[in-house]
Amino acid sequence: MVTEFAGVLVFIIVGILFLAISLLLARLFRPHHPTPAKLSTYECGEQPVGQAWIRFNNRFYLIALVFIIFDVEIMFLYPWGAAFRELVAKNLGLYAFIDMVVFIGILLVGLAYVWRKGDLAWIKPQQRF
Amino acid sequence: MRPLVEWLQANVAALKGVPPDVLYLLLLLVGALIVINFVAISAMFFIWLERKVSAHIQNRYGPMLVGGWHGWAQSIADGIKLLQKEDIIPAGADRTLFRMAPFIVFVGSFAAFAALPFGAGLIVSDLNIGLFYILAVTSLVVVGILMAGWASNNKWALLGAMRAAAQIVSYEIPVGLTLLTVVIMAGSLSLVEISRLQEGIHPLFRVAAGGYVIGLPNWFVLQSPFTFVAFFLYFTASLAEVNRTPFDIPEAESELVAGYHTEYSGMRFSFFFLAEYADMFLVSAVAVMLFLGGWQGFAGPQFLLGTAAFILKAYLLVFVQMWVRWTLPRLRVDQLMDVCWKVLLPLAFVNLLGTGAWMLA
Repeated sequence: MVTEFAGVLVFIIVGILFLAISLLLARLFRPHHPTPAKLSTYECGEQPVGQAWIRFNNRFYLIALVFIIFDVEIMFLYPWGAAFRELVAKNLGLYAFIDMVVFIGILLVGLAYVWRKGDLAWIKPQQRF
Repeated sequence: MRPLVEWLQANVAALKGVPPDVLYLLLLLVGALIVINFVAISAMFFIWLERKVSAHIQNRYGPMLVGGWHGWAQSIADGIKLLQKEDIIPAGADRTLFRMAPFIVFVGSFAAFAALPFGAGLIVSDLNIGLFYILAVTSLVVVGILMAGWASNNKWALLGAMRAAAQIVSYEIPVGLTLLTVVIMAGSLSLVEISRLQEGIHPLFRVAAGGYVIGLPNWFVLQSPFTFVAFFLYFTASLAEVNRTPFDIPEAESELVAGYHTEYSGMRFSFFFLAEYADMFLVSAVAVMLFLGGWQGFAGPQFLLGTAAFILKAYLLVFVQMWVRWTLPRLRVDQLMDVCWKVLLPLAFVNLLGTGAWMLA
């Protein structure tokens, strides 16, 4: 039995084939004359200085960490959201709602902590505590 | 697609002996081919439209020559030009990742179209978790963008990719939370079901006169004050999701040349472009499905008019995205992060709790 998710696989395959075929088609038309100057890294016409594979501002990693926490939380919230209407109909709504208020509350305390700590600011202020 | 398989086997004599699964897979393939053509043609139309919209906002004409009427064939000419452009992979680049990146970016946005209903019954895969699937699969785009930026071994590209990744992942959270308000109201994650719930005329904003009922449509955006706010929050956050101005610092041309696709040329560059415009349509389509009634809108046979209503509303939102892009200046990177974490996120949480309370009341 092929399930509904077969469509997803077909779309992924068709998407890949579409790009691969247009690249192959373009190969018939496009020129190919590489020169060292053409293949050098673009730095506004200057000679490139060093590599781009360097150490990087760790702001980005902090944002990524905060993101993971909230994304996992959203993953948990979706099943709750989808079931909430049914629970309200069964008179369990208030119970489910309080459950979620507690869950979101804990995360909001986390958000407040990160905020107060200055990790949400792109330019981190001096350590305050 | 399954009902279509049954219908075909019952009515077309030649298909009676074919196993249903084989026929189903063939129909999926046909569906995918139709959708990829729709996406490509829409993207080309949007590129032309964007140039016209920007031109008229800036009091000029934009493309006027190619094809005759208002330069309608400009995008086709550009496509043929890109096909003939040399494909340059810089000597310092990571060749494997450099080649893979456009595929991941494009497939990440194209695969989401599988679960998108284009009209009543016009859906390739009616997933019961359709909305969740779309949110999940579009996240793949970030991986592709980071790959492109890193593999180019170019400082502009790396900086652009890092900014894009930070921005897209940050704004995914308000997007997820605002869409959740509709999920709570609908009690379902299936886009077909959510769209069906918005049928008819609003129970409050209506006037009954002489046997006719006139009123506002029963769209989720009008069903509670919280979904009304959620629609605008979602639209703002979705602009950032697809890197549009005022949230387009990943490709801010005045500081980063072109961002993560600086080193890409020819067809490979065009794939990023195609994916960006496909994404614009996708976020608009999700907004239409969840907040603006999906394919509801015209009276009459839903099969064709519903599809027309859906595409028209989605195109209208794409137009609003362009309008915003050419009207507002771009934000700075720290302002961008502040808007997400300190404005949109708390508002989305308040909105979410408000929706819960609204459902209880």
